[in-house]
Amino acid sequence: MSTLAHTVGDSATMLRRNLKHAVRYPSLTVMVIALPVIFLLLFVYVFGGTLGNGLGGVAGGRSAYADYVTPGILLLAMAGAAQGTAIAVAMDMTEGIVARFRTMSIARAAVLTGHVVGAVAQTLLGLAVVVGVALLVGFRPDAGPAQWLAAVGLLTLTAFAITWLSVALGMVPKSVESASNLPMPLLLLPFLGSGFVPTDSMPAWLGWFAEHQPFTPIMETLRGLLLAGQVDGGDAVAAVAWCAGISLLGYLWARRLYDRDPSR
Amino acid sequence: MTTTNFPGAMVEVSGLRKAYRRQVVLDGVDLRVPEATVFALLGPNGAGKTTTVQILSTLIRADAGTVRVAGHDVTAEPDRVRAAIGVTGQFSAVDALLTGAENLRLMTDLRHLGRVEGRRVVDDLLARFDLTEAAGKPVAAYSGGMKRRLDLAMTLVGRPRLIFLDEPTAGLDPRSRRAMWQIVRELVAEGATVFLTTQYLEEADHLADRVALLDGGRLVAEGSPAELKRLVPGGHVRLHFTDAAHLAAAAGLFPAAARHDDDLTLRVPGDGSVSGVRALLDRLDAAGVAVDSLSLHTPDLDDVFLALTGHPTEEKVTA
Repeated sequence: MSTLAHTVGDSATMLRRNLKHAVRYPSLTVMVIALPVIFLLLFVYVFGGTLGNGLGGVAGGRSAYADYVTPGILLLAMAGAAQGTAIAVAMDMTEGIVARFRTMSIARAAVLTGHVVGAVAQTLLGLAVVVGVALLVGFRPDAGPAQWLAAVGLLTLTAFAITWLSVALGMVPKSVESASNLPMPLLLLPFLGSGFVPTDSMPAWLGWFAEHQPFTPIMETLRGLLLAGQVDGGDAVAAVAWCAGISLLGYLWARRLYDRDPSR
Repeated sequence: MTTTNFPGAMVEVSGLRKAYRRQVVLDGVDLRVPEATVFALLGPNGAGKTTTVQILSTLIRADAGTVRVAGHDVTAEPDRVRAAIGVTGQFSAVDALLTGAENLRLMTDLRHLGRVEGRRVVDDLLARFDLTEAAGKPVAAYSGGMKRRLDLAMTLVGRPRLIFLDEPTAGLDPRSRRAMWQIVRELVAEGATVFLTTQYLEEADHLADRVALLDGGRLVAEGSPAELKRLVPGGHVRLHFTDAAHLAAAAGLFPAAARHDDDLTLRVPGDGSVSGVRALLDRLDAAGVAVDSLSLHTPDLDDVFLALTGHPTEEKVTA
């Protein structure tokens, strides 16, 4: 068998292992899905009436805010899933079996790839639940099949990027506790962007950051695809570029951390 | 893939050094392990045994020295080394969330054995390690001994030519320990080479063709158990008395003997030969000294260790 076939085969073996873990240790998955659903309900029912009026649209109110906030909640869900991934990876690295994998002739990236593919699948499942609940509480997208497909594609790309980053973050510290804290800043990014309120309502300095951080173009592209029927080309390019950049950085960082001498 | 450049040697180490920051763990170790033999690395806690196994099994890198395992340099060709070895470390390397059978299946998949062959290997190993009944239970519910057996079974998937066992019987009850020894003997009979570390001299004595004594990061002796025992002076006859008066009388007869008042014993140097023992007993009889019991003590590896390092094996070494 060729090296590529081994890499794919070994990664699939690792993926099966991670999926079994997710099924047998579901509390992490449940937490990762419950968190964004709770935030969605909070923002729509508690803040939605007021915030919706502040959007400046024709309709305003709770239903307008449900439309506006859903892409933000989707990114929040991914940031929460990143934390779950970092915890799962950190826990795994403390297990003796990973030391065994290191002494076996298996494709070097397989352990990490298994984590990434498993976590992306888990994240997409979580996002589907969030979209389902959003539809129940007033999210009314106006998108054809092509737009939905593009939105799913962008969400997958984003989940892939954030997951590689969080796999690396899970390996930086030696303890599981520290690993669970490292991805925390990601949870703030939807708030410090266009996730919950338009960036032009912020002070100039914060608005500048909100405009130029990676989550904003992703959320704006999702809004364009699902609600407005048209996408700002600059946002779309920026969104894809951020995803590609973060994926590459996360991948290289994770590989480096996995290959480092554990005695150091 | 040639084996000609290391005729018969599965492990060849020279000048191996490793330090963690300023703490020197291995200070110039040379080793050679011939194929299809059992090699025991013996030493107290902190002597550098686990570090040696970790370097030989490609887990960590050496600071200096050359290490060839199964004919390949561990730094230049780690994957070739990994394909030839199986490692059972000191800490359980099983997946606690999977069942025993799933753990083994994971190994057959990673060794690319294929579906039919994989299933056969899993069933064989479950039966061999007495885990068939527990095969469908999650490993988290296994006892310590069962986990250890599963761990070793996972190491054997793919029939590695060289098997590292880092303190394979630490914490096992005597029966499990003997079962483990039996397995090691079977593996070698099948042609595998076994590199084991242990703190138990008895274990090295029972299993190993060659023993190396590691102390403070250096080899202090190497040879067969018999060769090592020859390094220390002969054994002794241990006499046990029922009262202190007889002990004192006997001690007067043998000035070279070591007297232990607390357990009423006298250790008389001697080689344990029949004529020697008979002469000893004749002298005691002639003096009218009553001996309760006697035992013959030939030097064991404990004596060797003590003689060569100046401290017993139980003592924790801090560098």
